[in-house]
Amino acid sequence: MVSWLILFIPLIAAVLITFVTRKQKDLSSYVSIGAVVLCFILSIDPILTLLKDPHMKPVEQGFSWINIPGLHVEIGTLLDPLSILMLFVVTFVGSLIHIYSRGYMHGEHGYSRFFACMSLFIFSMLGIVLANNFIQIYIFWELVGLSSYLLIGYYFEKPSASDAAKKAFLVNRVGDFGFILGIFVLFQATGTFNFIEINHILEKGGIPESTIYIAALLIFCGAIGKSAQFPLHVWLPDAMEGPTPVSALIHAATMVAAGVYLLARTSLLYHFSPDAMEVVAYIGGFTALLAAVIAVAQNDIKRVIAYSTLSSLGYMVMAMGVGGMTAGMFYLTTHAFFKALLFLAAGSVIHALHTQDIWEMGDVFKKLKTTGTTFILGSLAMAGVFPFSGFWSKDEILTIAFTSHHYFLFTIGILVAFVSAFFMTRLVFVTFFGKGRYHGHPHESPSVMTVPLVILAFFAVVAGFAGMPWIEPNFGSYIAGPLHGGHGEHGFNLFVAGLSTAVVIAGIALGYIVYCKELKSDPLAKNVLYNLAHNKFYFDEFYDNIIVAKVYNGIGRICNFAEVNFIIIFFVNGFAYLTRETGKVLRLTTTGKLQHYALVMVAGVVVLVLFFGVL
Amino acid sequence: MITLSHYLILSLILFSIGIAGVLLRRNIIIVLMSLELMFNSINISLAAFSHFLQSMTGRIFVVFTITVAAAEVAVGLAILVAVYRQRKTVYIEELDEMKH
Repeated sequence: MVSWLILFIPLIAAVLITFVTRKQKDLSSYVSIGAVVLCFILSIDPILTLLKDPHMKPVEQGFSWINIPGLHVEIGTLLDPLSILMLFVVTFVGSLIHIYSRGYMHGEHGYSRFFACMSLFIFSMLGIVLANNFIQIYIFWELVGLSSYLLIGYYFEKPSASDAAKKAFLVNRVGDFGFILGIFVLFQATGTFNFIEINHILEKGGIPESTIYIAALLIFCGAIGKSAQFPLHVWLPDAMEGPTPVSALIHAATMVAAGVYLLARTSLLYHFSPDAMEVVAYIGGFTALLAAVIAVAQNDIKRVIAYSTLSSLGYMVMAMGVGGMTAGMFYLTTHAFFKALLFLAAGSVIHALHTQDIWEMGDVFKKLKTTGTTFILGSLAMAGVFPFSGFWSKDEILTIAFTSHHYFLFTIGILVAFVSAFFMTRLVFVTFFGKGRYHGHPHESPSVMTVPLVILAFFAVVAGFAGMPWIEPNFGSYIAGPLHGGHGEHGFNLFVAGLSTAVVIAGIALGYIVYCKELKSDPLAKNVLYNLAHNKFYFDEFYDNIIVAKVYNGIGRICNFAEVNFIIIFFVNGFAYLTRETGKVLRLTTTGKLQHYALVMVAGVVVLVLFFGVL
Repeated sequence: MITLSHYLILSLILFSIGIAGVLLRRNIIIVLMSLELMFNSINISLAAFSHFLQSMTGRIFVVFTITVAAAEVAVGLAILVAVYRQRKTVYIEELDEMKH
């Protein structure tokens, strides 16, 4: 019952704002904030249940939605450790970001529209989290896509924002197409959409391995789109056109993590297909490295954080791929805190300086003490410095990659840790220290914005302790399903922890040497690699000039040729000709003579009488 | 002895004459009269069945048919008069407005 309430409260809020309180801006924001806070309060009960009993049985409630022979679709909710964790992350981070938005969005046009969309998003996201079957998760999957589209295009009068919204939606559709195909493949093999039933069938070995492999890869397409993995990563940086709280909530903390959540939800599927897991791991690792390198060369504060998000998502996906489901979910949780914090703090900086270019900032730490402090704490967590939360979650992933003998991926992970530490240091020094290059008189944001920052900073610092390997039960033992026998799947490896700490310190030191000066522009800007990274390795250009211009337009030309020469001539004109000629023949029967018609009638009666008489 | 068959054959002959009249005659008044002939041939067979099968249904049906036919003739002749006033003709092949 509680789960249904949690699911529908945000929807009610969105409808209420749209139809009733649209004109009263303050009321709209209170309705939206109230809804998500209420959701958080309601989810405390399941969280406490889970904390009391790590081996809790999943609570499933469902009722039939479509029931015809051969197809049974239900709408339901599933409360198990995984969904309760996500429930906590989404509603808690969501609440803080909603409160922050009240200050950040102050005085914007469409204030009520913003909060209506945010509530719609929370509804859709909770729908994904609570879904107990594939059809439902797919519906809400598309709904988060829609709310993401609406919020990226919030400033729709700006062409770049509406383009970014379209791009995000379309790129996601590419992945979602694979996702729905995967769902169909699974349905054909199992005859059900229900997660628990599919898991039972999988455990009994009821599906051939080749089918599992195909289904796993197709479902991974959905995760590639939503979690912005290579090669569909191009939409996420552009999505930064949306307001900063949106970037924090949707494009860092929750929605983009939905892909990782999906992989965790279907982890049994991947467990039975090691080949698919390898693909997942390498795509994740490659994305992590690619995005980290690009992040070094970006000058827009939000884009740097966006690429760091991409890199983190790659890390999580890699964790899923090397079999570290709980490690990935742990990283997802800590990442939600520190990345939301980084975005919100960046938003606070943008709010104060009215620019997003880090080379028009500098030396603002003295003016923005709270923002600056929380931003630095978030950066330390992101870089993975001991003992911040990022250290524990990253360490767990690296340990699993190492102990499962994925040495290549382990090396990539270490490299990414180094590069992440470097670009976070760059971001902090260029934004907050060095030479002041800003205009105007910046001042600290109101407390409605700084209080959420402080709360998030607290969690960004301490959330990692929940996953310390030597406490029992730790984070992993709550989340690990029956698959891992109820234990987190890793230990503490001194070599891994030492190595990652060493490279992080090296990265920070390098960043300090290069950027802790009175700089006017980036000292690395002459570098070839820097230029490549600055232009995002030309992925957008590749897609525009090769995929769209050559492949897509080429297919378009072929279709056009076929249409003009075949469809039009044979079908359109052909049917017209046929109709005209038939009409010419049939016209002869229309004489207008009454007696001709009467004759036909009589003949008809005679034929009928004979016909039935003979029968 | 007159049997049911005799009545039915009479009915058939009258019905056929009626059809021939409807299909072949030019004058629309004759066509209408032929139509009445067809009606009444049916009435004969109904009455005959009623008599030989000892059932009142057929006789009641005949009364109804005659009533309806009377109304129908009234309407038909009224239309005919109206058409004649308009066109100054009662020849059916000249009334081919349906083609246009």
